[in-house]
Amino acid sequence: MVQTVATVGKRSADLGLIPGVSRQLSTAETLEMFKRTCVNRYFELEAARVYNTGVMKIPIYLSLGQEHIPAAISTVTRDFLIFAQHRAHSYYLSFGGDMRKLTDELLHRATGCARGMGGSASIHDPSIGMFGHSGLMGDQVPIAVGATLGSGRRALAVVGDASAEEDFVYGAMGFAATRKLPVLFVCEDNDLSILTRVSTRRSWSIVDVVRSLGLQGVDITDDPWLIAHYVKLYLKDLPAFINIRTCRHKWHAGTGTDGEPEWNRFELFKLELERLGLDREADEIESGALKDVKETWEQQLLKP
Amino acid sequence: MGTTVAETIKSITRQHLEQGNGLLFSQCVTAVGWIGGTVPELTPEQGLVELSMADVAGPGIAVGAALVGRRPIYVIRYQGFMWYNASPLLNYAAKSKEMWGIPCPILVRSLAQEGGIGPVASGCHHGMVMRMPGMPVCAPMTPQEWRAAWEWFMSHDDPLYVSEHRRSFPIDYEMTRVLNRRADITILAISAGRLNALEAVKLLNAEGITCDLIHVAWLKPFRMDDVILNSLNKTGLGLVVDSDFEIAGPSRSIAYELMLASSVPVHALGLEDRTAGFAPHLDNPTPPVEKIVKQVRTLLVKKSAK
Repeated sequence: MVQTVATVGKRSADLGLIPGVSRQLSTAETLEMFKRTCVNRYFELEAARVYNTGVMKIPIYLSLGQEHIPAAISTVTRDFLIFAQHRAHSYYLSFGGDMRKLTDELLHRATGCARGMGGSASIHDPSIGMFGHSGLMGDQVPIAVGATLGSGRRALAVVGDASAEEDFVYGAMGFAATRKLPVLFVCEDNDLSILTRVSTRRSWSIVDVVRSLGLQGVDITDDPWLIAHYVKLYLKDLPAFINIRTCRHKWHAGTGTDGEPEWNRFELFKLELERLGLDREADEIESGALKDVKETWEQQLLKP
Repeated sequence: MGTTVAETIKSITRQHLEQGNGLLFSQCVTAVGWIGGTVPELTPEQGLVELSMADVAGPGIAVGAALVGRRPIYVIRYQGFMWYNASPLLNYAAKSKEMWGIPCPILVRSLAQEGGIGPVASGCHHGMVMRMPGMPVCAPMTPQEWRAAWEWFMSHDDPLYVSEHRRSFPIDYEMTRVLNRRADITILAISAGRLNALEAVKLLNAEGITCDLIHVAWLKPFRMDDVILNSLNKTGLGLVVDSDFEIAGPSRSIAYELMLASSVPVHALGLEDRTAGFAPHLDNPTPPVEKIVKQVRTLLVKKSAK
């Protein structure tokens, strides 16, 4: 089993941070990770802008503040089956889903990635191995485990800190541990079930439970290099679990906000790129992503 | 003696696992009796997956295997446990094709039984499945009916809910429709209700009441045909007997369909609207023979009074 730092701690912007971790990835990987983050971020910002015009008649689940997590995971993984949840735009985009089809899905079109059936919450793309989510929180976890057992392929199963409280999640994780199935479980822990904080809901730690099941697990902040570090580490010995403390910037559903997030990882990401001497490349990537995303939305909105 | 239902299931399962790259998921498969002798004594390497006792995670795992094309058989040893098992089966497997165009063919074997087995492990619950879209439902009671259900499953990319009754496992014969040139009532019977209805028809016949008896193996979609309609139009009276609850249940649902199609009054007889206890006098079994007989007599009295 891979040895990990036992960090089951208090949420913060530097929980479990490893000094120098941002130098572990190659420059190309770091810039690719940032590019995916920017694409996700500007897609969500543009989606929010369009949503506020009233053309979308569905609930929308934006990943702003969390958009770099799938960017980091996808940068260091290949050929995974993907089982995300309702807040999955950034997973879809990071792993190579067609942005135009996602745009069309949000605009209720038959040309959408789920032909309009999925809306924001139940998107999928078979070409990238991404399965849709049914709306029952956490049910993607046993399904991911079964898909791995049935196919022999590795799977990524993503939960939030709320859906991780579904009892059947642990039954499935325990089965994966018993069978040594290659599943990477990731929890995007934004400390919120809609607006109810973890401390109101439970006294226990997900990582403690997961470790008791026999999985290796770690509790870390959402630094993208740190995420990439643990993903790469755990790929050698799955199943494993990563709890990622992060900040949702928008409401559970919709485009509103409840004030400033505890930390803004996008700004911290850029700050670290500057420290790495990659600020010029980062600026070019950011402006390029913004332009590409805006053009895609404009083109799709002009479609009949 | 012919091949029993149990032997048929076992043989088909063996072939599916050994030659069809299939999987079978269940709990306690190998512990006692290999689920009524319906599961071949194979190994995990041969595709027999012993699940933990997590009753919601388990079906989710089987659904995942279905999504990647393994056509799993998922066995629920007590049909009342569908209250646990329903979410991944009815909310994912049943919806996947319609939601995303991704088939999720899983064959759910859900076993009912009765007789001193209490409030959960007894009875059929195919009605809870029938009311959800995307999951066809059948209740085979004979070897050929089970084989036909399997062949349907293997030739379609939908999930299938097979409501089995343990009373069917030793059956080694086929049941044909009982049709008379003149009859007083048309009885349609489902699951173990068919066995009781067969006995009831004999008793009623002995007292001069002639019954047509239609065996219903396919519940959703319900297979209406001219034989059923002709019988109803001939008798002018119908009764649907089922092993699931009557109120808001399959017997009333099918009776409603029959009435709309025929304009003939069709009644329903299923489990009573109460919880079954373990003591024999508190059980809530498939309508017993005597109860069916009594119900038919009552209906005929009302019919003749009109």
